[in-house]
Amino acid sequence: MNSQIPRLVLGRLGVAAITLLIVSAVVFGATQMLPGDVAEILLGQAATPEAVAGLRQAMHLDQPALVQYASWLWGLAQGDLGTSYANSMPVADLIGGRLLNTLRLGAVTAALAVPLALTLGITSAMYRGTLYDRIVSTCIIGVISVPEFMIATLAVLIFAVWLKWLPALSFGNDVQSIGEMLRIFAMPVITLLCVICAQMIRMTRAAMISVLDSPYVEMALLKGASRPRMVLRHALPNAVGPIVNAVALSLSYLVGGVIIVETVFNYPGIARLMVDSVATRDLPLIQSCAMIFCIGYLVLITLADVIAILSNPRLRK
Amino acid sequence: MSNTGITNWSRSDDAMVEDAMRRGASRRDLLRMFMAGGIGLAVGGGILGRASAALAATPVRGGHLIGASWSSSTADTLDPAKASQATDYVRCCALYNRLTFLNGKGEVQMELADSVESSDAKVWTIKLKKGVTFHDGKTLTADDVVYSLNRHLDESVGSKVNAMAKQMTEIKAIDPTTVQITLTAPNADIPSILAMHHFMIVADGTTDFSKGNGTGSFALESFEPGVKSLMKRNENYFKSGGANVDSFEYFAIPDDTARVNALLSGDIHLAASIKPQALRLIEAAGNIDVVQNTAGNYTNFNMRLDMAPGDKAGFAEGMKYLFDRELITKSIARGRAVIANDQPISPSNRFHNAELKAREFDPERAKSLFEKAGLLGQNIPIVASDAATSSVEMATLLQQAGSKIGMKFDIQRVPSDGYWSKYWLKSPVHFGNINPRPTPDILFSLLYTSDAPWNESQFRSERFDKLVHEARGELDDSKRKEIYDECQVIVSNEAATAIPVWLSDMEAKSNKLQGLETNPLGGQMGYAMAEYVWLQA
Repeated sequence: MNSQIPRLVLGRLGVAAITLLIVSAVVFGATQMLPGDVAEILLGQAATPEAVAGLRQAMHLDQPALVQYASWLWGLAQGDLGTSYANSMPVADLIGGRLLNTLRLGAVTAALAVPLALTLGITSAMYRGTLYDRIVSTCIIGVISVPEFMIATLAVLIFAVWLKWLPALSFGNDVQSIGEMLRIFAMPVITLLCVICAQMIRMTRAAMISVLDSPYVEMALLKGASRPRMVLRHALPNAVGPIVNAVALSLSYLVGGVIIVETVFNYPGIARLMVDSVATRDLPLIQSCAMIFCIGYLVLITLADVIAILSNPRLRK
Repeated sequence: MSNTGITNWSRSDDAMVEDAMRRGASRRDLLRMFMAGGIGLAVGGGILGRASAALAATPVRGGHLIGASWSSSTADTLDPAKASQATDYVRCCALYNRLTFLNGKGEVQMELADSVESSDAKVWTIKLKKGVTFHDGKTLTADDVVYSLNRHLDESVGSKVNAMAKQMTEIKAIDPTTVQITLTAPNADIPSILAMHHFMIVADGTTDFSKGNGTGSFALESFEPGVKSLMKRNENYFKSGGANVDSFEYFAIPDDTARVNALLSGDIHLAASIKPQALRLIEAAGNIDVVQNTAGNYTNFNMRLDMAPGDKAGFAEGMKYLFDRELITKSIARGRAVIANDQPISPSNRFHNAELKAREFDPERAKSLFEKAGLLGQNIPIVASDAATSSVEMATLLQQAGSKIGMKFDIQRVPSDGYWSKYWLKSPVHFGNINPRPTPDILFSLLYTSDAPWNESQFRSERFDKLVHEARGELDDSKRKEIYDECQVIVSNEAATAIPVWLSDMEAKSNKLQGLETNPLGGQMGYAMAEYVWLQA
């Protein structure tokens, strides 16, 4: 078992490198298909053919697209994310603060979402068919059916416009005290909880129920194990595999998929940065954002596998 | 509004009255407007008193001003030459100055320049104000102006006004406070052109604009493209007093609903670009005002004169009579528009021809014109899209009016994406949308002369070309006014572009924010509001 996890992680690193290369090639191909380039977009209505040609030359955009891609890739191999076409700032500077914002919001959300989802999922599996289980299930279906822009806008209307308890905007980098952080994060976090918890709860409940139905759990019950012991000691380790994978999938959404929450609360995170960069055809920035989303996903999935192996002796070789 | 005795009068109606007053409506005009709306004389007087009070008040110093516009991205820039929209313009106006600027009436005023003069409209001499300093302490000299203007000619800069700057063949410093500009051909509009946002003055040799080092009323504290900017009042500002507020924060909230909500919750003082749909929500809140600015944006109906059916004499004129401008103003723009007379110079421009009346809605006359053209009963396709504001609604009104006189209009509604490259200027009958421009010359040579790049109806007139050329080199304002008056008559009668109404921009603001006036260069006081507004305690 001692060598199994390092081997898994090393193997995953190799796969990750190849995956990133493929993703960057696909993203590159997709951006080439978009109409217009950064020079045309920056000049807008003033894009006369001479002005576009002049700007392209100044920005070294007159090189073949593949050369641009190769030079970006070469820079990346040396740890340089490149320079933004749109405002000639280093991509690392543009991403830095906003990635931190995204991670901060993601961490706060995850810290609340995971315990909440596990508790609700496990308890509703334990009390399957009871009124409690039905209430939880109905609420989840309700919450998952309402689109998040609706939840976010309603939250703003109620808490910011009518009650005036919370600010309607959330600038992540203004935070100075814990109280302020709570005020700023309250609505984005509630909205995100509604989005990601539902799936985790449903998966946890389903995984737990299938384990609870197995004969060895019945055996534990017959031996006289208490209900909590039966669930936590005997059943949970076998259900952890699917549960952590569901959790990882939900959390990976927090890295790149929170564009609606970022838009409604004007939160300067990395998802909006990616949308901006696509709008301005800013290739180095698009690529770097895509790499970050991809890395985030791979890290979470690998972590999930490691946890599943550690928690379940049968998965160890 | 209990004191006025009307129950359905709202704040945005106040804004409408204010807008009419700014456009020069007399007390009598307004009272007539009220009478038409069924509002009694005594009541109307009360409303007028309130609107006048809003237009005159004394500034208060201090406070932190927060404004939000509607679009922002990582391409946000503090380089005036590259500034591309409201968010950039507002920031640049706070950080930099122009040589001249346009006031609320559209008149040229001096800013960094002491005078801008020419004897032949070809060689212009600009005298600079003395004792103006940049935020980093450097004194403004002629070299800064020469550098700033020359940047627009350098294609690698990517200046938005490269095409307009090309007429400047030589820009040189005569002495430390005098600059001389030589043009390819006489142009009397140079003082107005220098008032455009892109012609702001930066320090000689600047290549990194992230510091926003200008002469403006605010100095930059922090700036993150696509996130926000923060500025502090420039205490060494060359205009006495300087800005009223201590600090100024500006960013964009692209989502329309989120922008309105942020204003309603008190997180921001000003929300730019408000949609008419949000008005009811805003009016329900007691502490929000709507400012209406009719700068000269319009949606027009273009009939190409070189294609059927526009090539038939009488078709274009008939269509102009088929626009029910009153109804468009009332029901489509919900009162937020001013009736126009089929030419592009708006009432906010000092060269607007007020003698030229708008055509009445006259279906019978249109019918006889179509009959003469042999078009009655034919099926005519009209291309409309959400890309051109309200064009789909206008097309529907045309269709209804047409059906009553036996004309069949087939509305082809096309998507916004790609509208400007695929349909605009190209379809035989289509809608367009034109943003305000500061001078008649820019509008005419962009849209109506024979060599105009955006000649929407393919209008050709030697007489018109000659007049525009003549006016461009004419230094005498009253003579120019005469020429432009005639140009407007020609466009209104001969060009096949129906311009039914001027659309108003609306912005909503907290009633604490005072001193926000309108400007022909655009919303938010021609984007220069930060320097002039104040926050009432």
